[in-house]
Amino acid sequence: MTIAQIITLIVAVVLIGFILWWFFGKHQEAVGTASVDQGVQEANIVVKGGYSPSTVVLKQGVPAKVNFDMNDSTACLSHVVFEQLGVDKDLTKQKITTIDIPTDKKGTYNFACGMDMFHGKVVVK
Amino acid sequence: MKLSNIKRFWISFILSIPMLIQMFAMPFHWMMPGYNWIAFITTTIIMTISAAPYWSSAWAAFKHHQANMNTLVAVGTSVAYFYSIFAMFTSREVYFESAAFVTVFVLLGDAMEEKMHNNASNALAKLIDLQAKDAEVERNGEFVKVPLDQVKPGDIIRVKPGEKVPVDGVIVDGSTTINESMVTGESMPVTKKKGDEVVGSTINTNGTFTFKATKVGSDTMLAQIVDLVKKAQTSHAPIQNLTDKISNIFVPAVLIIAIITFVIWYVFLGATIVNAMLFAVSVVVIACPCALGLATPTALMVGTTRSAKMGVLIKNGEVLEEVSDIDTVVFDKTGTITVGKPQVTDIIGDEKQVLTIAASLEENSEHPLATAIVKKAKLDNIALAAVKNFAAIEGKGVKANYGKQEAFVGSDKLLEDIIISQEMKKKAIQLQKEAKTVVYVGLGQDIIGLVAIQDVPKPSSKKAIAELKKRGLRTVMLTGDNQNVAEAIGKEVGIDQVIAGVLPTEKANEIKKLQDAGRVVAFVGDGINDAPALSTANVGIAMGSGTDIAIESGGIVLVQNDLMGVVKALEISKKTFNRIKLNLFWALIYNTIGIPIAAGLFMGLGLTLSPELAGLAMAFSSVSVVTSSLLLNKTKIAGA
Repeated sequence: MTIAQIITLIVAVVLIGFILWWFFGKHQEAVGTASVDQGVQEANIVVKGGYSPSTVVLKQGVPAKVNFDMNDSTACLSHVVFEQLGVDKDLTKQKITTIDIPTDKKGTYNFACGMDMFHGKVVVK
Repeated sequence: MKLSNIKRFWISFILSIPMLIQMFAMPFHWMMPGYNWIAFITTTIIMTISAAPYWSSAWAAFKHHQANMNTLVAVGTSVAYFYSIFAMFTSREVYFESAAFVTVFVLLGDAMEEKMHNNASNALAKLIDLQAKDAEVERNGEFVKVPLDQVKPGDIIRVKPGEKVPVDGVIVDGSTTINESMVTGESMPVTKKKGDEVVGSTINTNGTFTFKATKVGSDTMLAQIVDLVKKAQTSHAPIQNLTDKISNIFVPAVLIIAIITFVIWYVFLGATIVNAMLFAVSVVVIACPCALGLATPTALMVGTTRSAKMGVLIKNGEVLEEVSDIDTVVFDKTGTITVGKPQVTDIIGDEKQVLTIAASLEENSEHPLATAIVKKAKLDNIALAAVKNFAAIEGKGVKANYGKQEAFVGSDKLLEDIIISQEMKKKAIQLQKEAKTVVYVGLGQDIIGLVAIQDVPKPSSKKAIAELKKRGLRTVMLTGDNQNVAEAIGKEVGIDQVIAGVLPTEKANEIKKLQDAGRVVAFVGDGINDAPALSTANVGIAMGSGTDIAIESGGIVLVQNDLMGVVKALEISKKTFNRIKLNLFWALIYNTIGIPIAAGLFMGLGLTLSPELAGLAMAFSSVSVVTSSLLLNKTKIAGA
């Protein structure tokens, strides 16, 4: 085995370790809150390689809107699907897509991209 | 610069043509002059406009500790591209074409998949487009055209031949035939007269009529249907839990496999660093999480829309999956197998007296049999008497004070300590065997007569049940009726088993019993009292003419009041679910076969994949899954 091969082997092991830690380790995720203006609360989610923040917390009883700001031009995140609400919106048609969230009850509305690869949730409490 | 995927594809494709020519010229040992520089410049442009969005999306995802298809594309293209730059300036062989072609193919796949995805979801938009844009509404005694959103419940609306009925309502004047196929899936026009209900967005064919609006906006039947279908399309099928699990680990796992591939080839098998890299890049590029992710939602989307067009509303993916395990179909009798409009056929005893007492009591009841008796009395011009202390005995009958005596009308369950003459008994049994329901009419302690009522099976019931039996399903009829009547009707429509004498509250229990015996049960019903049975059954199928609560509890709703709908519902659910399984199978096969080939596992057999071919295979996989889902639109459905 040459030096180059040994180095490659070590680098590969380190890289695999890094991938495992980075993708499967526990990492803190940011939680967004909504701003309330004239009795309507609004939260913004930036769509770029995922949803940031991926969790949004809304107050119960205040009419709510969640704005998806599309910054990704690949097909992966082109749709957002709220399973419980029956919403499937194409985000590529306009820069910002607004979705009304019912806040009469407490609960969690999960959302995902059209291929169910990226996930996020809106929590009403 | 904002470019659509398809534009990016064309620009990249044109730019990659010189590399394509060189690739085909290679076997003839012809080298394009200055090829390295041409390839470098065109690939750089392709990377900038087409691959960069993947890189930036992948990087953003990476920062969120997430990885997806973009990550794989980004890793594959950037490794090939940056290595080639390094190789060019150190006078080694370049692989610009790998980076360029992979990008072109991935873009092509994305653009095609996007277009087909739109096709699949547009079907629903078309349903909404069926709505009329305006309506001729009576305002101050004159009919004026107003936009649809200004129509209110209670408005009187006129519809001329060839026009669409704008909202739901009841005809107040005129008669016509209406094509309701867009809502019920039934292509034969239906005759409508005063008092009949009309449904928004159906087409009026030959007559002019006016009707009173009862439901507008989001309350109309069409709006409700669209809402139901939308929810179904975005719903989760339990089978997806598998893909969710896979997709969470898929991309990082592929990256690790690629690294291992590289190490094995370079370190252990002594391949050159370039060859090892090409194998690793192929692995990254061929892996396709998209096909897995698309397999279920696209099939669900096409399947639920297609079934909605046939008048079968499937509520969600879970129902769809349950249907494939069904082995028993249980029907409610009245209103489901039968028309639900019973008619009095025979009266035994003093006809006038029996009918007077029966109708006077039953006038207070809302039971379908009661309605039949009251209708008969009206037809015979019989004056009804007022009764006191009316009481309905759930599932048995009614009683009240008639004059000075207590009178009762009901089934034999009501007659616990009342003696019936042999002659009456015989008569009753004879009538029951003719599939007529017998109601006993009593005054004081005596039975004074019998009323026989018949509810005929729907014309399609027999055929539908035969179709179900042909599919190996056991058919069961559940009814509160007497055993003799139930069996007579059961025989007429060819049902396997009859469970008679079931009180409304016991229906759910009967379903439970069947389930405990190991059967997977679908229940078809329509009444309020069917709601518990509809929810207890593995799959509840509600007849659309039924009450809101029944529709609420059912997993499948049939818009048309016809049992062939059950056959269609089972067919399309099965077809859709099988398509989902097929899609998942292909998606998994793609990856389980594609990755080892790309890794060079079959090198000994001469089977390898260059990164470009891997990119093509990857793009093709998503497209083929979506195509397979769209083909659901073309499959043959029995009864449709």
